[in-house]
Amino acid sequence: MSVVKAVTCPVCGSLCDDIELTIEDDKIVKVKNGCAMCESKFLGYNSEHRFLKPLIRKNGKLVKTSLSEATKRAAEILAEANYPILYGWSSTSCEAMGVGLELAEEVGGVIDNTSTVCHGPSILSIQDVGIPSCTLGQIRHRADLVIYWGSNPWSAHPRHIDRYTAFSEGRFEKSAWKGYLTKIKASNVKKKIESAIRRVFFKQKPSAPPLLRAGPPPAILKEGRKLVVIDVRRTRSAEIADYFIQVPPNKDYELLQAFRALIRDQEIEVDEVAGVPVEYLEEIADVMIKCNFGILFFGLGLTMSMGKLRNIDAALSLIRDLNMRTKFAIMPMRGHFNVTGANTVFTWQTGFPYAVDFSLGYPRYNPGETSVVDILLRKESDSALIVASDPVANFPSKAVEHLVKNPLVVIDPHMNATAQMADVVFPSAFVGIETSGTAYRMDHVPLPLKKIVAPPRGVLSDQEILKRILSEVRKIRKRKQVEAS
Amino acid sequence: MIANKLQVTLLTGRTIEQGVGKERGKASEEYIESVSVCYMDPEDLKRLGIKEKTNVQVSTEHGSVVVKAVKSLRGPHLGVIFIPYGPWANVVVNPETHGIGMPSFKGISAEVEPAPDKPLLSLEELLKEQFGKE
Repeated sequence: MSVVKAVTCPVCGSLCDDIELTIEDDKIVKVKNGCAMCESKFLGYNSEHRFLKPLIRKNGKLVKTSLSEATKRAAEILAEANYPILYGWSSTSCEAMGVGLELAEEVGGVIDNTSTVCHGPSILSIQDVGIPSCTLGQIRHRADLVIYWGSNPWSAHPRHIDRYTAFSEGRFEKSAWKGYLTKIKASNVKKKIESAIRRVFFKQKPSAPPLLRAGPPPAILKEGRKLVVIDVRRTRSAEIADYFIQVPPNKDYELLQAFRALIRDQEIEVDEVAGVPVEYLEEIADVMIKCNFGILFFGLGLTMSMGKLRNIDAALSLIRDLNMRTKFAIMPMRGHFNVTGANTVFTWQTGFPYAVDFSLGYPRYNPGETSVVDILLRKESDSALIVASDPVANFPSKAVEHLVKNPLVVIDPHMNATAQMADVVFPSAFVGIETSGTAYRMDHVPLPLKKIVAPPRGVLSDQEILKRILSEVRKIRKRKQVEAS
Repeated sequence: MIANKLQVTLLTGRTIEQGVGKERGKASEEYIESVSVCYMDPEDLKRLGIKEKTNVQVSTEHGSVVVKAVKSLRGPHLGVIFIPYGPWANVVVNPETHGIGMPSFKGISAEVEPAPDKPLLSLEELLKEQFGKE
């Protein structure tokens, strides 16, 4: 039995690197420090849903095949295509992405990563407006105001709040954890007393407390770190917060612009904006201006709702305005553990962060035209390679229809909906568990992913599988050139 | 008064159950169960006259899918329903990218109606129904 310390968790963009794993007989038996998703990954990755042999579609059914046959078939599919899509990449290592980009250039395809359906609009907006950002370490030690907008870290980045923001013990800012515990205890006692009174004196059945609270906005009077959540639902993150504003769906833009007006000392001549009374907004605007160092984290609540990149424009501009009054930074909450790495590697190799089209022989970038969902909706692609992703489960059905109509190659450690519809499927080793690599945290800090245990016999890494496909594609193309001449 | 159907706004998004399920395996029961549900405000369930765990049919102009209604603990969000990201949500989300590559996954106008007699499809059945391929 051995313990491996300082393991980087390959699940979400927080990339926690303090995980401790206990290994017995080359198996992970215990996870320390991780969240629910981390534990599920490290303990469950080797479940019955894993497949260990390459699969190929014959007579409409997926059947086991050899690695060399699968490689050949995959290479043929890609080499013969006029306009193949190479999609996924955010859940693999930067090293594998490097090979993927080479392959995309070789076959003249479009290479896109999952940011196209998550923070793609953020990237477009950052290219327009710019982004004042920082590392998560700075936030942990210095931020005294933390805002999550359209983001629910409790569910999507479970340790974000206690590792990097409000509940972390920083050098200059203390954790707000104890205050939160006191608040929860007090509220539980209050609920119990109220429910007892109702049952004993009014003979009412036990029921949930009334949902809408009337009365003036609760001022944030507390000292120290403050946590504000702005979202369409009262998520668990919102319950933790010192202040929560519930914004109706698709109204974020109005609210952001109202904040901009308030920060610039302009008066708002209406009683409420996006259904939120102006005095609530004034209170938050005050807190924003008075903080020493604030940070706004935004999630897909902004990028997927009406306005999309324009919402991000407004958020970035709000932070620009705030920097005239105090110090403020902003950061997108990146989902997949290496989606930031995908943007970074794509950019240093091609000049563009996602949706890169090699069909003219040089890289071209025009999201809306060269982004994978648009290509699928226009029915232009004629084959696809999916690496470490599950677009059948994550794209709108209309886009998936065209994806599964054409030859489809999938490289993934687990069987998923996309693999079930594929023509060639390669099992791969888990990056960060069975093979090493590099990943970028959401604040663009690169971290090493460790190899903890050996992969099953015959199962290769994404990088190795891609290298073999690339070499096979080059052979086919060379043969064709010789035949043509 | 009990309504036959409700006009609602559909949100899709992440839940911790979906996050845990996807790491366990996309074919795992945990994952399938976590993404074939629709979180509704308790008041909306009352307005439809149904109990929790009844099948409901969610329809938008892009498609229609049967999911299991679950009482939302994240209320109040009257008139707003929430389906976690996954194959079921995809049937009804708006593919429109507004020229920037990003489909509209949140804030879609939808109709929800009780469908106690309609079956909740398995992943295989759903994929077969949607794309005619297994």
